[in-house]
Amino acid sequence: MPTWPEKRSVLGRRVRRADGPLKVTGAAKYTSDVQPAGCLYGMILRSKWPAARVTEIDLSEAARSPGIKAAILVRDGERRVRYYGEELAAVAGTTKQACLDALRKIAVRAQRLPFVVKETDGIKPDAPRVWEEAPNLSKPQVTERGQVEQAFAEADVVVEGTYSTQIEIHHCLESHGNAAVWNGDELTVWSSTQGVFSVREGLAGNLGVDQSKVRVISEFMGGGFGSKFGPGVEGAIVARLAKEANAPVKLMLSRFEESLAVGNRPSSIQKVRLGATRAGKLVAYELDSYGTAGVGSGAATEGGGGGAEFPAPYIYAIPNTRVQHRGVALNAGAARAFRAPGHPQASFGIESILDELAVKLGLDPVELRLLNDPSEIRQREYRLGRDRFGWREKYRSPGSSPGPVKVGVGCAGATWGGGGGGTRAQAQINPDGSVEIRCGTQDLGTGTRTVMAMVAAEVFGLPPEAIRARLGDTAYPPSGGSGGSTTAASVSPAVYDACEKALTELKQRTGLEDVRGENWKPACRKLGLEPLVVSGQWQKGLSSSGVGGVQFAEVEVDIETGLVRVRKITCVQDCGLIVSRLTCESQVNGGIIMGIGYALYEDRVMDAGTGVVLNPNLETYKLPGIADIPEIDVVLVDMPERGVIGIGEPVTIPTASAIANAVANALGVRISSLPITPDKVLAALGQVKEVTA
Amino acid sequence: MKQSTSPPGDPLSVSRRSFLKNLGTTAAAGAVSAAEGIAQESARAGAEAVQGPDAVPITLRVNGETRPLTLEPRVTLLDALRDHAGLTGAKEVCDRGTCGACTVLLDGEPVYACMMLAIQAQGREITTVEGLARNGNLTALQEAFVDKDASMCGYCTPGFVMSLTALLRRNPHPTPADIHHACAGNLCRCGTQPRIVQAALQASGVEVLSRTEVISYAHLA
Ligand code: FES
Ligand code: FES
Repeated sequence: MPTWPEKRSVLGRRVRRADGPLKVTGAAKYTSDVQPAGCLYGMILRSKWPAARVTEIDLSEAARSPGIKAAILVRDGERRVRYYGEELAAVAGTTKQACLDALRKIAVRAQRLPFVVKETDGIKPDAPRVWEEAPNLSKPQVTERGQVEQAFAEADVVVEGTYSTQIEIHHCLESHGNAAVWNGDELTVWSSTQGVFSVREGLAGNLGVDQSKVRVISEFMGGGFGSKFGPGVEGAIVARLAKEANAPVKLMLSRFEESLAVGNRPSSIQKVRLGATRAGKLVAYELDSYGTAGVGSGAATEGGGGGAEFPAPYIYAIPNTRVQHRGVALNAGAARAFRAPGHPQASFGIESILDELAVKLGLDPVELRLLNDPSEIRQREYRLGRDRFGWREKYRSPGSSPGPVKVGVGCAGATWGGGGGGTRAQAQINPDGSVEIRCGTQDLGTGTRTVMAMVAAEVFGLPPEAIRARLGDTAYPPSGGSGGSTTAASVSPAVYDACEKALTELKQRTGLEDVRGENWKPACRKLGLEPLVVSGQWQKGLSSSGVGGVQFAEVEVDIETGLVRVRKITCVQDCGLIVSRLTCESQVNGGIIMGIGYALYEDRVMDAGTGVVLNPNLETYKLPGIADIPEIDVVLVDMPERGVIGIGEPVTIPTASAIANAVANALGVRISSLPITPDKVLAALGQVKEVTA
Repeated sequence: MKQSTSPPGDPLSVSRRSFLKNLGTTAAAGAVSAAEGIAQESARAGAEAVQGPDAVPITLRVNGETRPLTLEPRVTLLDALRDHAGLTGAKEVCDRGTCGACTVLLDGEPVYACMMLAIQAQGREITTVEGLARNGNLTALQEAFVDKDASMCGYCTPGFVMSLTALLRRNPHPTPADIHHACAGNLCRCGTQPRIVQAALQASGVEVLSRTEVISYAHLA
């Protein structure tokens, strides 16, 4: 089995992001920036009804509209629509304005149908059915271990609570979209995607063409967070429009469309019961949870939950557990994978009730976790983080903070996989000494290019700037989608393998013993006219999976306004062998900041009366702003012997739980639903009556 | 059809802002004259400024170059730059003045390019992110962005760079609070904000050290 070098001169260093200069000068070309000659704009007409039977869509006037080159139906014949924003038809035209004009000219005949958009309404037996053939509420998935009732009966203390998490929207700043160009029966697509190969497969299948005839390119992409794996309906539409118009077409969704139709994190409503001994040892756990993945949930859909289920009791080892998950279908856009799918919900429920238990037992929350967390890594992380954060000085009994601005602290832990596999890479060494590394992976802003360059630089003894890393193209050797924090752990071993083999071959072909570093250029010159091209693939032994992390939060809550401000987050995270330290740190910051949004601001709000999304824009769907960012203190726990492990997802999981626990500690009363907005804080303090939208 | 190639100061180039400004000064003189002011202003603007709906020739000054373009008067400055002038550095994220990804400088002041029409930007000096680096040399701020890793996916980066470029020109030694204020209208989804603050400080000559630490597992008791 291959291993990483003991002595590393490049890996683990803070190296400038390979494509940083392109990003700060505007030279980086994203899909939205691509403009093939003669490119048309595409736009989609979406349902204005949350539920309807569409009987007729008349495109004739739109097709005759000035500048319009193609107008298509998404689906022929009579059809049902099941959410506000479902795709109906599309046009391609010479300008955006021409498309806007044409969309207004499409006549749709539809019969409205009853709909339901709230979880609590959707589960009622008489609620309108989202999928007519089956109930909204899926059959429960139940797992049971041990003797739950007996354990509860014997427990010294039992705490109960209901905790809920909201629908979170990905809101990648570059919207979902593609530019499609046909050349005969071959299709080239620029795609804002997390998986060039998965988009290719999806499109080829959808269009009924060979995969070999579809090329997908994603050189730069403006964020995905789990929502950009397949081509989506909009991807198939743009390919069809381009065919119909016989011209290139680019179709980027608007922010409004991003809010409706391209994924979200499912909600959860978790009824939890927890039993423990007087000393705090957990003995019994029961969860009854349901949540919605929009039209992706429900008894009629595959799996039923649609992603609304999550691991429980998450990271804790409890001998007696009963867990029940259900998904409820609603007339709303379907969920998609979202950074650590299921885990933030899982974390919020269990970490909240753990702190309730700590209060009831009069135990320090960190001690309670040390008593029950089976992970040795997290145990050590808690102990280090506690000192670094100043937990002992900061923790005081709930609600005892004086004055109108209450201060509190909280903590939480998380786990994630992040292993690698299934990736090939190619190293090309040119006679002038320049090096190209190719891999059909993609860089979501996580630093994949930098990682590739650093691995090659390590092997060849060159500075990372000397390596040209090429990715985001199905013309390169295949790699998987960038999800599950698997990219670094998949790509690094493949590049390492290719480069190691290239090094051996370079030595053989030149007859030189040492070709690294200073000897590199003279050795390459000996290649003559023929560059060296060597392939490699992911190998066991260079990566692994399974990380633990803990976070501590300090917040202040203004009890007059209800506003929560996060003062500080301390994060201790294990991540195996650190490849690119600078971009790794950025990932950690990013995960924490996304967790702050989940904790305090973000929430898709549906209107029960009209079935529409009430906040389909970034002024009413709130993301953390620059002034909302606390001091972030990060410790990366280096475990090089484990090889490369992904970092993107674990770091976003415990943030919201730690913040919620800190708010409860500050106030002495718990806000048990995310996001913790001022109205909920004031309601919990009895300052205002609770309002439900 | 009247074309808007008139110099600034011509009533034809009245912008919403200058219109309101005039309204403000005349309103101070009394309600009656304020009303007259509005009537006169709109009469002047209305008499000459009817353009479109078809495409009209316009001229923009971008990054020191003169760019003749033909576009419908309803085209925003952002679409004009991206779709008609080939300058795709400024990004469209919200198209309604929330995210700042489209920020460009107009006579040195940061503006949301999605919130104004291209025809309104005539006669003004427009700077986009492509216009900052000279002969491939990044500005100190751009260098600091790369050093501190203040961009991840990079989609928000041009907007932040423009907001901060304007700040640093106005105030070469900003405090973190000044930096927050300058970027209050910029959003980032990847979470680069801490490093954006560090980059802006570094560009103003303040040495910033990252507090992130790496500790080996063996040393964790
Ligand atoms: S695109 Fe202009 S502010 Fe968002
Ligand atoms: S770097 Fe991705 S949105 Fe800011």
